[in-house]
Amino acid sequence: MTEAISYAYAVARDADGSLEEELSGLPGVADAPVHLVRTGHRGDVVVAVSPVPEQDFQEDALRAHLEDLDWLESVARAHHRVIEALAARTTVLPLRLATVYLDDERVRQMLDVRLEAFADRLSELAAHVEWGVKIYVEAPAADESPAEPSAEPDLSPGRAYLSHRRAQRHAREDAYREAEQAARHVEDAARGVAVDRVQHRTQQGELARGPGENVVNDAYLVPLEHAERFRTDVLRAAEGFPGVRVEVTGPWAPYSFATPAEAEPLKRAAP
Amino acid sequence: MRAAGGPPATAEEPLPDRQIALIDLLDRLLSGGVVLTGDIVLSIADIDLVRVSLNALIVSISEQNLSPWPAVTPLGDGHDR
Repeated sequence: MTEAISYAYAVARDADGSLEEELSGLPGVADAPVHLVRTGHRGDVVVAVSPVPEQDFQEDALRAHLEDLDWLESVARAHHRVIEALAARTTVLPLRLATVYLDDERVRQMLDVRLEAFADRLSELAAHVEWGVKIYVEAPAADESPAEPSAEPDLSPGRAYLSHRRAQRHAREDAYREAEQAARHVEDAARGVAVDRVQHRTQQGELARGPGENVVNDAYLVPLEHAERFRTDVLRAAEGFPGVRVEVTGPWAPYSFATPAEAEPLKRAAP
Repeated sequence: MRAAGGPPATAEEPLPDRQIALIDLLDRLLSGGVVLTGDIVLSIADIDLVRVSLNALIVSISEQNLSPWPAVTPLGDGHDR
């Protein structure tokens, strides 16, 4: 292995100084052990870091690696493993994938500069979890449904075809309407419990396996005490919509909320 | 490094029975999280390029690409970012 540089996973609250011990034995990216970097000014806000081979994380190499799905997945899962371990014990601000510094001293300098902002956001996110809510339209696409012959036998083939296509289109429009209704129900239920929401891109492409078309891909920030209620309420609100599937993922560390909202939050906590 | 795609290889995994869908993870790791300018600078634009390169897998970096209908509720109501 060549020189090692420092991969930073997250900022976390280490209230009683016990966090490092909790991380012992946990392999990070490249299976290296994870440790904590802290500043002299305030020891309770720390950055979780592990050494990674410089050759893999130099700019050109990194850019190339990020396009290699196997490499990306192994780093993403290692990153997530560390975040989960931290989140199981304390409040955590995940950093964007592949945030890399030349050494721990550079991490410490970064932490020093941003200490107050990190501490504030950690306080805001304490005892909150993120839930993902995805809505799928499951009706078959127009060109996938079985080509049933028209019910009206006296139609010409051309007219029968058009009639068939029209029926397909209507079925699809109905499914979208159902999904829109479901999305409203789900959103109302979610807003009853959540304090913030972020909308992710809808999932498409090869990785978006699973039946149906993803039409909503949201993340909600939910107080820990209401975490189970959120899931229950959302799943209940999603019942009774044929052709529509709602998935709840999580609970996640607050990945989607690590940076404070610029706009007004969904619902302000009472002052 | 362990094989990609396999279950977490460590007993320390907090929730060993949970294999999270990679796409849900990438949603969060590539568009969530605190963005810092590390010493190895991949700018935000570069990350977007990565997303474009993974187009077939992840698709569409458009922030506007949220849902196929105009809006579930008025999204411009200032409650979302």
